[in-house]
Amino acid sequence: MSQLTKVRLLDIAHSRSGDKGNTSNIGLIARKPEYYPILVAQVTPERVKQHFAGICLGKVERFELPNLNALNFLLHDALDGGGTLSLRADPQGKTLGTALLRMEIDVGGAL
Amino acid sequence: MIRIANGQGFWGDSPDSPLDQVRRGPIDYLTLDYLAEVTMSILQKQRARDPEAGYARDFVDVVGLVLPDLVSRNVRLVANAGGLNPESCRRAVLAVARRQGLEVPVATVSGDDITGRIDEFLSQGVEFLNMDTGEPLSTIRDRVRSASVYFGAFPIAEALAGGARIVITGRCADAALVLGPMIHEFGWQTNDWDRLAAGIVAGHAIECGAQGSGGNCQDDWASIPALADIGYPIVEAEPDGSFVITKHAGTGGRVTVASVTEQLVYEIGDPRAYLTPDCGADFTSFHLAQDGPDRVRCTGVRGTPATPTYKVSISFASGFRAIGSVAYAWPDAYQKAQAGARILRERVERLGLSFDAIHSELLGANACHGIEAAEPSPELAAQLPEVVMRFGVRSASRAAVERFTKEIAPLVLSGPPSVTGLGAGRPKVEEVMAYWPALIPKSLVSPVVSL
Repeated sequence: MSQLTKVRLLDIAHSRSGDKGNTSNIGLIARKPEYYPILVAQVTPERVKQHFAGICLGKVERFELPNLNALNFLLHDALDGGGTLSLRADPQGKTLGTALLRMEIDVGGAL
Repeated sequence: MIRIANGQGFWGDSPDSPLDQVRRGPIDYLTLDYLAEVTMSILQKQRARDPEAGYARDFVDVVGLVLPDLVSRNVRLVANAGGLNPESCRRAVLAVARRQGLEVPVATVSGDDITGRIDEFLSQGVEFLNMDTGEPLSTIRDRVRSASVYFGAFPIAEALAGGARIVITGRCADAALVLGPMIHEFGWQTNDWDRLAAGIVAGHAIECGAQGSGGNCQDDWASIPALADIGYPIVEAEPDGSFVITKHAGTGGRVTVASVTEQLVYEIGDPRAYLTPDCGADFTSFHLAQDGPDRVRCTGVRGTPATPTYKVSISFASGFRAIGSVAYAWPDAYQKAQAGARILRERVERLGLSFDAIHSELLGANACHGIEAAEPSPELAAQLPEVVMRFGVRSASRAAVERFTKEIAPLVLSGPPSVTGLGAGRPKVEEVMAYWPALIPKSLVSPVVSL
């Protein structure tokens, strides 16, 4: 019998984020190869856009790197104008990678 | 096999790491990366004040420190420290070498600074469309302060082939600092797309310094050993394009598939089309494997042909900003900080000045993540020992921002209690530079190698 189990991305993935102009990039890496399909299925661009409501004002793009068990997200219009303009304490979005790890996902019987 | 080390991930990185890379184990090349978008705007301001400035001055000190060892150990140095003024940088480096009684051939790669040629190119029909927004440069032409072309690795290889022991470039693709020595040593050709791409991936893995060898690493961070003595990353490159990422034995940090992967996904866009001046690199093509302790081997990188354009980074004046902070202590630190932000916003709005942006955030509560999921619960918020309220404005008018800076300090006596101004005084007004990424046909600009 399968049951829905909630985990935080922190428990099954790690991440690093950086900037290009006003776009934040977040690389999300599965801690084990078997977690990668879970990330692909659950961490959709739509969910990421919703997770970063108020921060990411543009679209979210997602790219798959199956060779690295990783996803790359581009959050457009997410850095208050970009590194040199931004009024934020984290103008380059260096900590947005861990903000993504707060997301809770359902893994069912997968873990 | 050749060893290419990174000893500087950005301007402001540790002054000790270049010497550590040269002394604590064998390397053939030391690469130092000084330039970022933020850095270019600082260099632009410095050059505006002094035409002899505009390069990474710290680099000259680094050369002074490492030069005797570079010479005795036969290590070559490649750095983009030239910024907006590679020739001045070379003069300063040669002066250091003379003082040490050393004869060192120093090459520059320039031609990337097209600040003075913008109108020429516009008249030739280059629109410099903003790669993010699609707007033509004409909308901000009168505010342009600098424009730099990102050159590739071949000019660096040419300088090395000419006998340079130190190569100083202006703007170039960061990874080109690493690819250049590989092209020179292995004789790679301009259409060796897979091998060129391998050099780009290797360069990307080490161009951010210790961030490629266990620094700023999420994966099991607390167990990463000896970060106070972290070893910066080194590429062991093979002529076939395969390579190992490693660091000197006996240094701190960690090189694992997980730590290298974090760096490889850093600041990339579409991983199948990581475009550089020399080739495209497919970040979905290769395989990483642990190859012993602190060694990660990368094989199978595939590349794609270079595009007919160079990227250009144009900086333009974009108004002024100031940011100030005060700290509130328990009890009710969070609520007081919220109230302080509200009061300040009301006062700033009442000034009737025009601000493009007004922003407040609560450090210690949810400033970094800034999202709803990170808001402290009411129970946690009530217990916070202290919260820093950080408040900033941006405006096209320096006077408006100047007026704002006088509002922070009074809040300490006129707002919520148990507050400190952090000993900071009035915030400074800074001129803000924005960036305009664009493309230019390769046929219109050429790198100039001078030795």
